[in-house]
Amino acid sequence: MAVEQPLQPAAATPGDQTRIHNIGYRNYDGPRLGRSYATRSLYSQSLRGAYGLGRSVKSKVLPMLLFVVMCVPALIMVAVAVATKLKDLPVDYTRYAIIMQAVISLYVASQAPQSVSRDLRFKTVPLYFSRPIETADYVRAKYAALASAMFILTAAPLVVLYVGALLAKLDFADQTKGFGQGLVSVALLSLLFAGIGLVIASVTPRRGFGIAAVIAVMTISYGAVSTLQAIADAQGSSGAIPWIGLFSPVTLIDGVQSAFLGASSAFPGEVGPSNGQGVVYVLVLLGLIAACYGLLLRRYRKVGL
Amino acid sequence: MVQLTIVDDVTVIATESLSKRFPRVTALDRLSVDVGPGVTGLVGANGAGKSTLIKILLGLSPASEGRAEVLGLDVATKGAAIRERVGYMPEHDCLPPDVSATEFVVHMARMSGLPPTAARERTADTLRHVGLYEERYRPIGGYSTGMKQRVKLAQALVHDPQLVFLDEPTNGLDPVGRDEMLGLIRRIHTDFGISVLVTSHLLGELERTCDHVVIIDGGKLLRSSSTTDFTQTTTTLAIEVTDSDAHPDGTRVVREALHARGVEVLDGTNGLPGAGHILLLTAQGEETYDLVRDVVADLGLGLVRMEQRRHHISEVFHSDADEQDMTKEAAVHGG
Repeated sequence: MAVEQPLQPAAATPGDQTRIHNIGYRNYDGPRLGRSYATRSLYSQSLRGAYGLGRSVKSKVLPMLLFVVMCVPALIMVAVAVATKLKDLPVDYTRYAIIMQAVISLYVASQAPQSVSRDLRFKTVPLYFSRPIETADYVRAKYAALASAMFILTAAPLVVLYVGALLAKLDFADQTKGFGQGLVSVALLSLLFAGIGLVIASVTPRRGFGIAAVIAVMTISYGAVSTLQAIADAQGSSGAIPWIGLFSPVTLIDGVQSAFLGASSAFPGEVGPSNGQGVVYVLVLLGLIAACYGLLLRRYRKVGL
Repeated sequence: MVQLTIVDDVTVIATESLSKRFPRVTALDRLSVDVGPGVTGLVGANGAGKSTLIKILLGLSPASEGRAEVLGLDVATKGAAIRERVGYMPEHDCLPPDVSATEFVVHMARMSGLPPTAARERTADTLRHVGLYEERYRPIGGYSTGMKQRVKLAQALVHDPQLVFLDEPTNGLDPVGRDEMLGLIRRIHTDFGISVLVTSHLLGELERTCDHVVIIDGGKLLRSSSTTDFTQTTTTLAIEVTDSDAHPDGTRVVREALHARGVEVLDGTNGLPGAGHILLLTAQGEETYDLVRDVVADLGLGLVRMEQRRHHISEVFHSDADEQDMTKEAAVHGG
């Protein structure tokens, strides 16, 4: 407490800077940028946090590692395509995220809890809500940040593939179209995964539980859906396969992109949804994203102060 | 039964029959109180409605009835504007352990709307003012309770608010930390020019820090008056003296001498062993201190201690309830 001086009521008028022994308190009369600036600040802080930036070295390891793991197969494919002068990339742009879904699930499972559970666990939330931002601003900033982080994770390998394809002098129009469709697909995937991850994580202040719950929801739903689809395929009732696909996040994205984004379905027997079923897929997808946002709003309205 | 005290011509907080009812509890019951600039203590037992009041004043929880203004802004409609000008230090832990104080406070400054450069400058200034130096670059997880309280205070002050709400800032601190925190709270007003509303369930520590004390109980206003009024009526002095060869039992001699001069002296022992040398007496103002000094000096004894005894809130509640009954009666008779 070297600075703490004995009280000197006579000299202690606000803004008094004439005392030599103590650099007095300075008032702040600069700009106060308000709600939208605060929301943007929270967005960028959360987005950086999703890759461990501005946090400890330890918390950078996992997100960075997963990012590398996401990109390495794309680099290898590109190298192969360039070296062996393939006529097409070994994997469609839209298919890449489906193949790498385990990595994506792991990423959302690790980063959704760090984004929201920490604020709940350490009770930092009241500090946010005693400031100009409102519940909805907080939810929007956190949702947008995690969705952006996931988009970076899933779009980066597509960029690698696209650049590689151009280097290998593959058909420009073809590749650009595929790349565009891939980007739309991973954008939807990012919104959906981020929403599901955040809803689950926001229920628990315990990070470990959040991680386990997100992984469980992602893998169990996918496992159950694929098993049921395989059974349906084996029993010859392939009409049921697209309907079953509605019930897990990954197959939902797969269905949407095989109906509208020119992807070949990863469902058994490549039985993608018809156009009519595709509409249902899109509605379910958008409904889920909206529901996640609504649930988050409701959750934080209760947390308050 | 509204007790308004005129403090200054400016009012920082004003509530008018403010009520907050939950399905099963009434947290605030027609509370009307005006708070002026300076350091104001808000005293009440746990569950008296202190936190509910702060929530309403921050515009985060609508009142069931009545109205309130903070810095001249209506809490029901101007919540965001109030929260931009007000700082809040919660009672509970609110700090993530894995970031440094600097990083955390910079982030909170930006959340209050400060541009990045200003946020960093203000953070460095504020942490220095609350007494955190080199340690501010280390993760908060390794801080002592006292240091954490300082970080909590810094995040409430970093955007240079006009008013801060401090919820039980001395909770969990040892006596030295408590005194430092109380000194710091005093400086928030005298040096920084920021008004303070500080809650506590200990009246004694607020008496030393606050210009004005508001006591609530069960959501009702029990008393609102300046601290000088308070201490005049409630100060108890504890004194302890040495023995000398001439007076082997100094305590008894002093008691008799004071008694002879018309000062009522209570026995401070309460039957507790080891406390036999403490005398309690009611101070009637400055002259009592002088009298004790002179009496002890005349007897040639040493004065080991003379201190104000802390009153527990319940004592004030008790005596105040009696007083209120009398006021009520007087009011009835007065018409």
